[in-house]
Amino acid sequence: MSTALLTWSLALAQIFLELAMGAALLCILRGPRAQDRVAGLDTLYVNAMLLLLTYGIASGSTLYFEAALTIALLGFAGTVALAKFLLRGEVIE
Amino acid sequence: MNEIAELPAWAALVTAILVFVGATVTLIGSFGLLRLKSFYERLHAPTLGTTLGTGCIALASMTCFSVLQTRPVLHEILIVVLVTVTTPVTLMILVRAALFRDRKENASGVPGRDAT
Repeated sequence: MSTALLTWSLALAQIFLELAMGAALLCILRGPRAQDRVAGLDTLYVNAMLLLLTYGIASGSTLYFEAALTIALLGFAGTVALAKFLLRGEVIE
Repeated sequence: MNEIAELPAWAALVTAILVFVGATVTLIGSFGLLRLKSFYERLHAPTLGTTLGTGCIALASMTCFSVLQTRPVLHEILIVVLVTVTTPVTLMILVRAALFRDRKENASGVPGRDAT
């Protein structure tokens, strides 16, 4: 009973997170200005990281955790680099 | 999928509720990113997903693996700390960039240099 609940809850959570990634992708494609697209990219990678965590719970393997940590680290660097580019016109001064 | 079947009922219930709440909050935040009007309003919405969503799902993962392996598995705290620390930094730099660009174009509804 509780196992079925957990399976359904994980499946629903994955669908919700995929919808959230779709919303972020739509924001990247539609966003009227560059900063909207950067905010969409930021949301997209956080949602992808959460989706990987739910995959990790569903499969019972801790391997997905490493990928999620890498996405969190590199996504932060990417967003900051893009925001710096918008601010100055060059990434490294 | 067989590892999940070995979870005791209470742990499965806690994990299920935490995962579901985290995913729902993240979805609400991402739709807020689409629906709100100005850029400065829009930037507030996805923080729901980055704080509450990450916290809930990481807590669910910690509960699940700690019960499965009968030892504390706490490495998801790394992700929570990383995301909690980096999100404000990202958003502040992004808003500074947006403010800089808006002022350069003399857009309406943007505070001038004296107001900050």
